Amino acid sequence: MKKPHHLFELFWVFFKIGAVTFGGGLAMMPIMRKEVVETKGWVDDDDILKILVISESTPGVFAVNAATFIGYKIQGFWGSLVATLGVIIPSLITISIISFFIMQFKSLTLVQYAFYGIQTAVALLIFKAALKLSKKIHFDAFAWILLTASILFATFTNISVLWLLLVGAILGIIYGMIEQIKGAKS
Amino acid sequence: MILELLQLAWIFFKIGLFTFGGGYAMIPLMESELVSRGLIDINMLYDFIGIAESTPGPIAINMATFIGNEAMIEYGFLARIFGSIVMTTAVALPSFIIILLIATLGSKFLESKFVQEAFKGLKPTVIGLILSVSFGLIVRLVLPMISFENLLFDFSVFQFQNLIIFMILVLLTVFYKKLSPITLILVGAILGMIVYSVWS
Repeated sequence: MKKPHHLFELFWVFFKIGAVTFGGGLAMMPIMRKEVVETKGWVDDDDILKILVISESTPGVFAVNAATFIGYKIQGFWGSLVATLGVIIPSLITISIISFFIMQFKSLTLVQYAFYGIQTAVALLIFKAALKLSKKIHFDAFAWILLTASILFATFTNISVLWLLLVGAILGIIYGMIEQIKGAKS
Repeated sequence: MILELLQLAWIFFKIGLFTFGGGYAMIPLMESELVSRGLIDINMLYDFIGIAESTPGPIAINMATFIGNEAMIEYGFLARIFGSIVMTTAVALPSFIIILLIATLGSKFLESKFVQEAFKGLKPTVIGLILSVSFGLIVRLVLPMISFENLLFDFSVFQFQNLIIFMILVLLTVFYKKLSPITLILVGAILGMIVYSVWS
């Protein structure tokens, strides 16, 4: 496997990836793979697969997960730092520029109208994201109960989402233990 | 100012730490941590999400940059830039640390039963939270006086314009399944301008 000539080259590749991917997350994976596997030959498909699997079972921002992991494979700690900065900085620049002008824009009536439509589209996108995620899990009775409870608690109470997540994780562990005991008995 | 910034950074660190399944999973967290504490207005949050979706870059990073900038609005240009950098760092830090640990120590502990079982509970919970947020958002857009948390069912304000936009968008996604998020947001923006110009 090749190494970049300079850390800046690594930074630049991840900067480009951050600058061109819309929608973030998994959407950037094909572009990242093309750059670091095909064009540069820094890592192989096995590493790409590995980070996909790891991201499935670790929390965090997917783009940062991928940049940190691949950066580390290429050039150790400094590689991971430089790759992560590279993937973040385009957002930081673009969004900072937009932030400074958004208020002037939003005082325009037509822009306000547009934002009603944008929010409506966002509601639909969030719903679609939930459907897409639900295809990835196996729905047994336990999953259905958790799903229903989570919807009810999130909709009708003010309990912090962090607590709900924590309870979900703990219930998962307890359920696993019960299954194990049952398995041992039979 | 520093205290405010640190408090907000801590929230973003938690958001980064508890986000599973991509950018969308952080939306319920943001609503619960930022809106209910009065740190940001709910309308602004969803306007930001719309922009974050239609600009390049990871959604989580875009949102952190936005809110960091917005939080420092009273303190001038440099403070706003600084706020963005702090929030972006805070949201990215958990990922960076965890993945660095895995890259150096190996991913053995991920295969442990404990982690797998915790995820078995986390996944349906996250999906429920995301569903609840999308449901809450559409109700708030169409019937803004309803508040589920306070069990307040006030139907007096009916934003039928948003319902029209929503139904057109639903039809579009049913017929064109491959519609990208940006396209959907752009179509939404145009529909907003048209529908509200006709019935304002």
